[in-house]
Amino acid sequence: MKRILLPFLLLLPVLAVSQGKRLSVPYSLMRLPNGLTVILHEDHTTPTVGVNLWYHVGSGNEKPGRTGFAHLFEHLMFEGSGHVPEGKFDEWLEAAGGDNNGSTSTDRTNYWINIPSNALELALFLESDRMGYLPDAMSREKVNGQRDVVKNERRQSYENRPYGMASIILDENLFPPSHPYHWPTIGSMQDLSAASYEDVLEFFRKYYAPQNASLSIAGDIDPRSVRALVEKWFAEIPGGAPVAPVEAPAALLAEEKRLMMEDRVSLPRLYMAWLSPRLFAPGDAELDLLANILAGGKNSRLYKRLVYDLQIAQDVAAYQSSSALVSTYMIVATARAGRTLGEIEKVIQEELRRITQEPPTQREVDRAVNQFEAGYLDRLESVGGFGGKADQLNAYYVQSGNPDYFNEDLARYRAVDPQDVSTVAATTLRDDARVVLSVVPTGKKELASGSAKEVKPQ
Amino acid sequence: MNRRLMLTVALSVMLPWVVVAQKPDRTAPPPAGPPPAFSVPAIQKFTLPNGLPVYLLEKHQVPLVQINLLVQAGTAMDPAGKSGLANMTAAMMMEGAGARTTLVLADAIDYLGARITSTAGQHAMAVRLHTPVARLDSALALFADIALRPTFPAPELARKTKERLTALLQWRDEARMLSVVMFNRTLFGEHHPYGVPVIGNEATLRGFTREDCADFHATWFRPNYAALIVVGDVTPMSMRATLGAAFTSWKPGKGVAPSLPPIEQVAKREIVLVDKPGAAQTEVRIGRIGVPRMTDDYYALLVMNTLLGGSFSSRLNNNLREQHGYTYGASSTFDFRPLPGPFLAASAVQTAVTDSALVQFMKELRGILEPVSDAEVERAKNYVALGYPADFQTVTQIAGQVEELVSYGLPDSYFNNFIRNILAVRKEDVQRVARKTIDPDRITIILVGDRKVIDDPVRALDLGPIVHRTIDDVLGKAPVLEEKK
Repeated sequence: MKRILLPFLLLLPVLAVSQGKRLSVPYSLMRLPNGLTVILHEDHTTPTVGVNLWYHVGSGNEKPGRTGFAHLFEHLMFEGSGHVPEGKFDEWLEAAGGDNNGSTSTDRTNYWINIPSNALELALFLESDRMGYLPDAMSREKVNGQRDVVKNERRQSYENRPYGMASIILDENLFPPSHPYHWPTIGSMQDLSAASYEDVLEFFRKYYAPQNASLSIAGDIDPRSVRALVEKWFAEIPGGAPVAPVEAPAALLAEEKRLMMEDRVSLPRLYMAWLSPRLFAPGDAELDLLANILAGGKNSRLYKRLVYDLQIAQDVAAYQSSSALVSTYMIVATARAGRTLGEIEKVIQEELRRITQEPPTQREVDRAVNQFEAGYLDRLESVGGFGGKADQLNAYYVQSGNPDYFNEDLARYRAVDPQDVSTVAATTLRDDARVVLSVVPTGKKELASGSAKEVKPQ
Repeated sequence: MNRRLMLTVALSVMLPWVVVAQKPDRTAPPPAGPPPAFSVPAIQKFTLPNGLPVYLLEKHQVPLVQINLLVQAGTAMDPAGKSGLANMTAAMMMEGAGARTTLVLADAIDYLGARITSTAGQHAMAVRLHTPVARLDSALALFADIALRPTFPAPELARKTKERLTALLQWRDEARMLSVVMFNRTLFGEHHPYGVPVIGNEATLRGFTREDCADFHATWFRPNYAALIVVGDVTPMSMRATLGAAFTSWKPGKGVAPSLPPIEQVAKREIVLVDKPGAAQTEVRIGRIGVPRMTDDYYALLVMNTLLGGSFSSRLNNNLREQHGYTYGASSTFDFRPLPGPFLAASAVQTAVTDSALVQFMKELRGILEPVSDAEVERAKNYVALGYPADFQTVTQIAGQVEELVSYGLPDSYFNNFIRNILAVRKEDVQRVARKTIDPDRITIILVGDRKVIDDPVRALDLGPIVHRTIDDVLGKAPVLEEKK
């Protein structure tokens, strides 16, 4: 992120608890001759507009040796363009009462501007200028400047954060070196140092053209006049060559990898990670519900045993991180002082065995579905920012082809029955295809779970 | 209640677009039109028979409702030797209420898809409910139990205590937490609630009993100290009777707040260096005592801080991040409270440039005392004023805004006059309030980082005496929590 890096897209859900009624966010969808997809949605609740632009490029499009480049490039997008001097992107937006940010994931890069509705045209001017004229203002100095900022982002979000390097180790071991999810979105320090001005120009030409982007505008707008404004600012930008989909080798994990890493932490933490079905594939929604059944709330199975009853863990979390090519499923627990990760893993193992052999209760499933349904309503309130309606419409468009996919998305959860959860748990959370990582306080390798190969983060 | 969500069937046909590609004029950014009208929904007030005031704002776009019970008590009311009691009491209110145990209560809330939280800060406690309006009746019954009838079971208190002692242990790992704790204690001292973490410390945490929590709750959770804020897809007609029934048994009471030690302004420039061996960055916290919320300078201070460190293009972020690449971000804030809270300038900077970063911080803290440009003031004013409506999009945001209004007794017109009041700030006001509140010669500088790398370079800057602290000095000895099976 320009200001904060999201390791993955938040796909927390929304609606209803509304007695099965249909959720709909009305929109119109258009495409400019240069290939730019445009989604418009009206909501006049407050006089503000969310402008949201997705470029269909993420760290998954990078090559080994240039990891972190998509995210570094995202930073450069805020440093001025052909008709926007350095610093003015932020200054002009702030002077109009606007805010902005961006984020990079494995699959996409998104940019948003929240702007009072009277200044919408400024946002369109700025977005179109960096889509059409970024190289005119690019320089080696700018690349060097943002390289330093991103290195500090890596220090702040990974290296200087307790357990911060664990996610990097896990991805390196879940995915083979040739798989685009093998390396972290933030990149390695070495690759960040190697990124060049020429790389920036090539990346821009290849990925930052209108046919590889979608623009979503939601809020206090008149769709007809906004359509004309979009045309005015974006139509002149020439389309580029289509971008071929990322070619990824199969992500197959055919063994259990047991790893251990020392960190400057007081308490040991256990990570168990699996490869899992990609976003919207069969099993994806079931695994979201399973995460809630295992670790969402006091009555969830792992929380109740590890944290509430036995009190051998400080916390436990489970989540399905859905991505375009393949997802990952993770269980994470922090041991209490004096407890070992072996004790924790034993309990998790017992609970995994139980849920694969015997379906959860209907109430456990309903409780999870109800929380997902209620969460959908929250996604209908804000028009801008990360997860606001403009971002949601864009995400659904990219992921499903239908910007208003709210109802279909939610229907996946409503359709799950207890046996489905059990079945997916059995096929996904296997003992013989996972990465088990113990992060232990420096000098306390004996707290790791079982015999584990020591790894050192780079 | 979902009528508004079902209005239109999505248009799923891609419309053709015929365009005459003509180059637009990019020589200047397009001007904005006149600012759009903005007004917050009317604040509808009524009082329940027991005196509990209700502030209700209708918002019907999404079938959600937010209900915040705000109680004007907090860690400032912690009895002597019991720092953290307000916060523990608030947390314990979720651990059993009415006829329900903590597990039964949690299951009931989760099953509804509702969220209920209970928290305490220095001057306010709040129980907050966020729920689909279709589940309001069931959720409100749980909410009222939590607020009015918590049971404070001793075994749950023992569990929460261990959880918090473990959190104290984990804070030792985090440079940011260490810097926050050290900053507050250095400014306010360990006898003022502003100088102590809201959860307390090891000694006080180990001392809380269920009776302490029950007494604190019984003393301060009273309708005469409270207000209900209701925002969402409801009407006063529908809510008056419902809320009356839920809260009617609640009776007024009287508490005595402890007297607080005086807050004394920082008298000299001093550096406190907390050693965090091997840290990749240094956490920098620079500040002094600020001003109370009800200052006449409030709007001018918001504008001044926005251009100093309250926005992306602010001087601090522009200097430390964009010009020098020392950090991922630098910022400043005034923490407005009933009593003077801190003014704080902060960043996490690469270890090797800690000294250079301090030079730039000092430059900006001196620079803000000089006249500022018209363009900067205009930009900061517009950023705060014109962006204001975006803070009223969700029921949770609006209820949070009303909490401020209630806490400080601000007039109902406060929201609708905010933009005008910000736009009325003049360039001279910005300089005046900067000089009044920021004094680079009388500040506390907290550094949490790798002492062996940063000590000498920082000393060479000659900014003032350096006091060295260890993690134990900041948080006490690590709590001993190990028990055998």
